[in-house]
Amino acid sequence: MAVRKPPITTREYRAPGHAACAGCGCAIIMRLATKAFSEAMEEKYGDPNAFAIAHATGCMEVVSAVFPYTAWKAPWVHVAFENAAAVASGIEAAWKKLGYKGKILAFAGDGGTADIGLQALSGMLERRHNVVYIMYDNEAYMNTGIQRSSSTPYGAWTTTSPPGKYSIGEDKPKKWVALIAAAHMIPYVATASIADPYDLYRKVKKAALVDGPAFLQIHGPCVPGWRIPPEKTVEVAKLAIETGVWPLFEIENGDIRNIKFQRFPKDGKFKKPIEEYLKLQGRFKHLFKRPEAIQELKEQIKAMWRVLGKEVELP
Amino acid sequence: MPMKKVMKGNEAAAWAAKLAKPKVIAAFPITPSTLVPEKISEFVANGELDAEFIKVESEHSAISACVGAAAAGVRTFTATASQGLALMHEILFIAAGMRLPIVMAIGNRALSAPINIWNDWQDTISERDTGWIQFYAENNQEALDLILIAFKVAEDERVLLPAMTGFDAFILTHTVEPVEIPDQELVDEFLGEYKPKHAYLDPKRPITQGTLGFPAHYMEARYTVWEAMENAREVIKEAFEEFEKKFGRKYQMVEEYKTDDAEVIMITMGSLAGTLKEFVDKKREEGVKVGAAKITVYRPFPIEEIRALAKKAKVLAILEKDVSFGSGGAVFADVARSLINEKEKPIILDFIIGLGGRDVTFEQLEEALSIAEKAMKEGVEEDVYWIGLRKEIL
Repeated sequence: MAVRKPPITTREYRAPGHAACAGCGCAIIMRLATKAFSEAMEEKYGDPNAFAIAHATGCMEVVSAVFPYTAWKAPWVHVAFENAAAVASGIEAAWKKLGYKGKILAFAGDGGTADIGLQALSGMLERRHNVVYIMYDNEAYMNTGIQRSSSTPYGAWTTTSPPGKYSIGEDKPKKWVALIAAAHMIPYVATASIADPYDLYRKVKKAALVDGPAFLQIHGPCVPGWRIPPEKTVEVAKLAIETGVWPLFEIENGDIRNIKFQRFPKDGKFKKPIEEYLKLQGRFKHLFKRPEAIQELKEQIKAMWRVLGKEVELP
Repeated sequence: MPMKKVMKGNEAAAWAAKLAKPKVIAAFPITPSTLVPEKISEFVANGELDAEFIKVESEHSAISACVGAAAAGVRTFTATASQGLALMHEILFIAAGMRLPIVMAIGNRALSAPINIWNDWQDTISERDTGWIQFYAENNQEALDLILIAFKVAEDERVLLPAMTGFDAFILTHTVEPVEIPDQELVDEFLGEYKPKHAYLDPKRPITQGTLGFPAHYMEARYTVWEAMENAREVIKEAFEEFEKKFGRKYQMVEEYKTDDAEVIMITMGSLAGTLKEFVDKKREEGVKVGAAKITVYRPFPIEEIRALAKKAKVLAILEKDVSFGSGGAVFADVARSLINEKEKPIILDFIIGLGGRDVTFEQLEEALSIAEKAMKEGVEEDVYWIGLRKEIL
């Protein structure tokens, strides 16, 4: 049975004239997320434009707001790397006093969220600001030239986790900020991916419609950072879902016993091997000479699913 | 009618915030200024102040939330001290560069290490190059007044820069003094409503703030901060005059005390000015030609006023509670650069004094004065004098 896809609004909040790389996964996140956000604002407040954006320092800020130009058609502010959540808190408080109806959208990459911005994020979530925080996860510090973050997956090459005689590349498991966010018992936490735009759209909209804070960790491949051809962005992201590398789930009110999964195989058996995902990317190229590292990555992914309450099989 | 209340410096700062009616306050508690957010919490809890008070998880987020709120177009306030101010450091530059007139109260406190909660000015002095206007209060009344004036100057369209008012840890923050609380109606008239034309996050008029500045534009953006700070000189003087007309209390960039026939003028800031004036009274009774000067506005630095002051004396003795390691006192450097191209200039002496809450006694001032008198006759012996140093424990 064909699934009826929800319509995606034709409204645009990102002008076509931004400077992101061809095939940029995160540019897709920004575009879809703002569209979904506007639809939620229209539903909730009768005004699709009833939002402002607080952006952390990162690629997406740099490519979209080079003075004297801007790619943003919504009220937008950038302050620093680690404080998008705190800035959003301030805007939200100001909007309350100004009597503006609407919601604040915060964008930050994995570096600005999982690492340096984690404290500000925690504060914002704990204080229950009416903000949707989107962590666009391209799994390294791409803006400064591909250095590892705590969201970089095990085994990945980055300029600060290079494989070598004594190194297999990044040697720590990936940090799942979505679970940290859920521990704040906020109304809505979800992961999403550019490979499933309808799911992404639905989740951002849902996040925007809740009262209070919501957090989304969205997978967006990075062409230069992952060493992939520009036309492969969506394909790579899709393989992350199909091989079990990227889980799609929703957690409401911190209820981790009732996680809702999307695109999860009913029998828990992922049909495509992780190798299919890895082999498309230059950042994992060295792993094929180190099968034990691929095995370790598989174990970590199984452990991640176990934390989510699922026993999975990876071919 | 203005009301007089006996209160701590921190309460005076909180009262100033209440009178200025900021719409957003974000603050994190830090000794010695903790009472400022506590008192503001009370005002908000009792409905005496209609503001959003964000109880942030750090000073970095306090100033970041203020930047967000100010970028959205509302009047904002915060308070901090010492390590808290240092934690804000990064964002202080951004607040100034984005031309957001945030006002901040600072309980001037020493910086670690060793950890020390008492008074000196190292915290605000270390932020002198961030683009924030800086006021230093002598007493609790000045703490209140100078915060109101800070709002007035910061929000002026010729300025649009953030401003901080410092008042000394414990000497003022925790000491009770009678303070006149101005009439709300008069404060409303004085400050007016803040309606920025340059900073707003209004969906009906979307603008982009906090952009990336390439080399083609960065320098010009920084120059506008320079220009705004230069404009602030005149705007501060106007604000002082208007404040005096409305509230009867006179402020000056540099306040002079018995300087007219002085041979030595001792220059300082903050609460030390009170001690210094008394010391001058005592020395005058003994027939010594000494005067005092208090720098009320440290940024923009009152260059012209210092030049005028320099014409009056043979020695300027700077007494300051801060150090720029490897150079000397920061205030000394500012005074010296103000006079560097003057044809005739007095001897300028640098005294580091009262760091980390060490009590500044008349004996110490006497020591500084005698060094100044000796220098007048025999010349300068040292580049920097540490006064009141316990050499026996070194």
